[in-house]
Amino acid sequence: MITNKKSNVVVIGNGMVGYKFCEKLIAKDKNSERFALTVFGEEPRVAYDRVHLSAYFDGKTAEDLTMAPLDWYIDNGIQLYLSDPVVDIDRERKQIRSHHGVVVPYDYLILATGSGAFVPPLSGVEKDGVFVYRTIEDLDLIQSHARRARKGAVLGGGLLGLEAAKALLDLGLEEAHVVEFAPRLMPRQLDDAGSGVLQRQLESLGLHIHLAKSTQEITGDDAITGMQFTDGSFLEVDMLVISAGIRPRDELARLSGLETHPRGGIVVDNFLQTSDPSIFAIGECAVAHHMIYGLVAPGYEMAEVVAARMMGDEKEFKPYDMSTKLKLIGTDVGSFGNPFATEPECRTVVYENRAKGVYKRINISADGKELLGGILVGDADQYNMLLQTCKNKTILPPNSEDLILGSRGGEEAGAGVMSLPDDAIICSCEAITKAMLCHEIGENGNDTIDLLKKATKACTGCGGCTPMVKDIIQGVQKEKGVYVRNILCEHFDFTRQELFDLVKINGLKTYTSVLNTFGKGDGCEVCKPATASILASLWNENILAKDRAPIQDSNDRFLANIQRGGTYSVVPRIAGGEISPEKLIVLGQVAQKYGLYTKITGGQRIDLFGAHVGDLPKIWEELIVAGFESGHAYGKSLRTVKSCVGTTWCRYGVQDSVTFAIELENRYKGLRSPHKLKSGVSGCTRECAEAQSKDFGLIATDKGWNVYVCGNGGTKPQHAQLLVSDVDKDTAVKLLDRFLMFYVKTADPLARTATWLNKMEGGITYLKAVVVDDVLGIGAELERELQLIVDTYACEWKEVVENPDLRKRFSHFVNEPEVKDPTVQFEPLRNQVKAREWA
Amino acid sequence: MEVTAIHKDKYTWLAACPVNSVPEDGGACVLLNGQQIALFNFTRRGEWYATTNECPHRQQMALSRGMIGSLGNEPKVACPFHKKTFSLKTGECLNDEGYQITTFPIKVEDGVVYVGV
Repeated sequence: MITNKKSNVVVIGNGMVGYKFCEKLIAKDKNSERFALTVFGEEPRVAYDRVHLSAYFDGKTAEDLTMAPLDWYIDNGIQLYLSDPVVDIDRERKQIRSHHGVVVPYDYLILATGSGAFVPPLSGVEKDGVFVYRTIEDLDLIQSHARRARKGAVLGGGLLGLEAAKALLDLGLEEAHVVEFAPRLMPRQLDDAGSGVLQRQLESLGLHIHLAKSTQEITGDDAITGMQFTDGSFLEVDMLVISAGIRPRDELARLSGLETHPRGGIVVDNFLQTSDPSIFAIGECAVAHHMIYGLVAPGYEMAEVVAARMMGDEKEFKPYDMSTKLKLIGTDVGSFGNPFATEPECRTVVYENRAKGVYKRINISADGKELLGGILVGDADQYNMLLQTCKNKTILPPNSEDLILGSRGGEEAGAGVMSLPDDAIICSCEAITKAMLCHEIGENGNDTIDLLKKATKACTGCGGCTPMVKDIIQGVQKEKGVYVRNILCEHFDFTRQELFDLVKINGLKTYTSVLNTFGKGDGCEVCKPATASILASLWNENILAKDRAPIQDSNDRFLANIQRGGTYSVVPRIAGGEISPEKLIVLGQVAQKYGLYTKITGGQRIDLFGAHVGDLPKIWEELIVAGFESGHAYGKSLRTVKSCVGTTWCRYGVQDSVTFAIELENRYKGLRSPHKLKSGVSGCTRECAEAQSKDFGLIATDKGWNVYVCGNGGTKPQHAQLLVSDVDKDTAVKLLDRFLMFYVKTADPLARTATWLNKMEGGITYLKAVVVDDVLGIGAELERELQLIVDTYACEWKEVVENPDLRKRFSHFVNEPEVKDPTVQFEPLRNQVKAREWA
Repeated sequence: MEVTAIHKDKYTWLAACPVNSVPEDGGACVLLNGQQIALFNFTRRGEWYATTNECPHRQQMALSRGMIGSLGNEPKVACPFHKKTFSLKTGECLNDEGYQITTFPIKVEDGVVYVGV
């Protein structure tokens, strides 16, 4: 029922794009509330899949190729006229008239007239046995003629021409020839070398290829007998298929006075609007951005833009990528981005294996960071990855040749489909993004290709995305099964890394604001210290100020390590393990005065145990006067940089390891991190400082320093791995800045650097790529962020000692500040004391 | 400060400390009649809680230094030693069966925190 309220939409043309427009408009216009659709088609059948037309010769029926059956049009209330081309558009009255005299008024008119085969003006094209390759009817004619033909030729060595040549072989002709005017096959997609590889493949299958051949005339009386070329040669054939390009069907538009392009095609703007605002043109009949888009994917995008705009959405048709991949007679061919880019604007990597018939070319930007385009012949498995890498301007790994050669030894180069950004277009025909697919697979359980086809229409167009969609299905399932997204706790549905970024972007500085903005509930002992660590890593404000004291773990809350019996231990910083006799004396005096047990730690410093919480500020007051500062032994932060004496005393030393250790410790002191950080600097290869068992370690060489990262002792000892060799101190510090900040920003809570690296996809190779080669382009930012921590460093204990409000919190009983915890008891041990045993 | 007792309903209410002695969304320990009591100022929920200061796991006087939070809707405190968590309402250990802490009634009047014993 058409009511007066509905707008009339008339679509001229029932090809793939015309059909797609109907499908999209119906999907958007729920219950056909706003629009009534009328469709006119010239062909006798409903829209079918012209891209896979050759499958008709492989046994697929016309029904198999149908986009949607007749019932679909009826069910959706579409008035469909087949075998009835529109012959007149009356733009004054806004109505059209068909060949059979049907007159329909329109509010919107959509021209989806497509294209016809381009037939060059050669003498003899009208002869019997000369065909075009465009419709199912054309194929029926070719099929019936082939039964009595022996030798066939195809004029045109482009995409469709080669498909037609395959069809001739399949139809059982004795000889099948391809005649191309250009000096190579698929001239729009392939370079000479790629064409050469493809040509050899095709010839091995029995096709005869003639390149750089200009046809003069088609000979014969009524029926074709051969082709005469301008170079004097002659080819005897009794059938010819012309596939020399397309000619947009713009004759109706031209008759109606719409603006058309001198070389054919209906001129439209970025919104597919013709020179008449009520009339749109989409698909191969339209000239958008000064060109005809002769592929189905951009046609679908045009359909989407017009349908969306009719529904009131802002949408624009942007210049569309013309990359293609197809299988030609068993040979994969792909061409993407700018396949022909040459030096100096780019560097080209070529791989050719004649024995296997494989040719690959990638064009990389001169700075090595971006993929500009490429060509694949014989093996196009990497097509989708490369296309996405190209489209998304993904930064390339240092060995970009691995993109086409695969990784040769070592860890996997780059990463798979799961490393693509969420908005990467996987199915370009239907504009389906990775996120949409992941959502369907993960949330809605559509985890097979068939289910995804139904749910999203991915893989239903050209089918080129199918392998990639399979990879995504696997990737999502792997993530579901093996990898659980590490959200912080019940109060935050984010990983630490996500929360880190959110806190940073929003400039939040208190726990309450973080919980109110991104969390729920009242927090807990997991998210509180994790957030405290994030706030400290980002802003480096005193960890006990504002609302931050009660969110610190017990050690951080009192800036000391809680020990058996509820007393605390005190560890002042002794950078690099170097300490003067005067300072040693002060430590002894303080220990005597407050009854503390003293011991040398594993990190080359001195720990004072057994301090009552109320004594902590007094102890620190005395230590600070003597020039000590907090050692952060209580924090998830830099502990110590252990050193051997190096060239200052050791007869083997090759560099000054103590000085470098002190410099590093003073640089990174106070840096809050997901877990504690330990370091070591050795003055020679004998490695007395055990740098290879540290989160970051340096070993002197006669040329400079070798930098190691991600080692640790602990329950699962792990050796550190070499990040870079023989660098000077400044380079080592720069790379360590990047390494540490990258770890601080991306590790899970309480993950040491070794665990973090073990979980990292790509392992040390990837870490090197990020830290040393800066493939993510974040090096400078990481350095800046770390420098902020260095610049804002302040001794936490000095701030507490000088701040009466903070100092007041250091008492066991708030109502009796001078009373010590009476349950604290010590037992004697080798002239010192120790805590009483657990009960 | 002076410990003063108020006899009203069934509890003996002992004045523990001024409200501002207990940090917001945190805890503090008071000594009341020789007993160590942990007070929790759960500002976020607008609630106050009182428990023993001793964690029954290793008999450490430390609950007042623990972090508070929630499990579902249940308010809780985590012992700083080994992260046993206890309901602030019932005293029940939430992540290890067999432990229990004592809770006390608590109220705030005129800026003073009172604990009922």
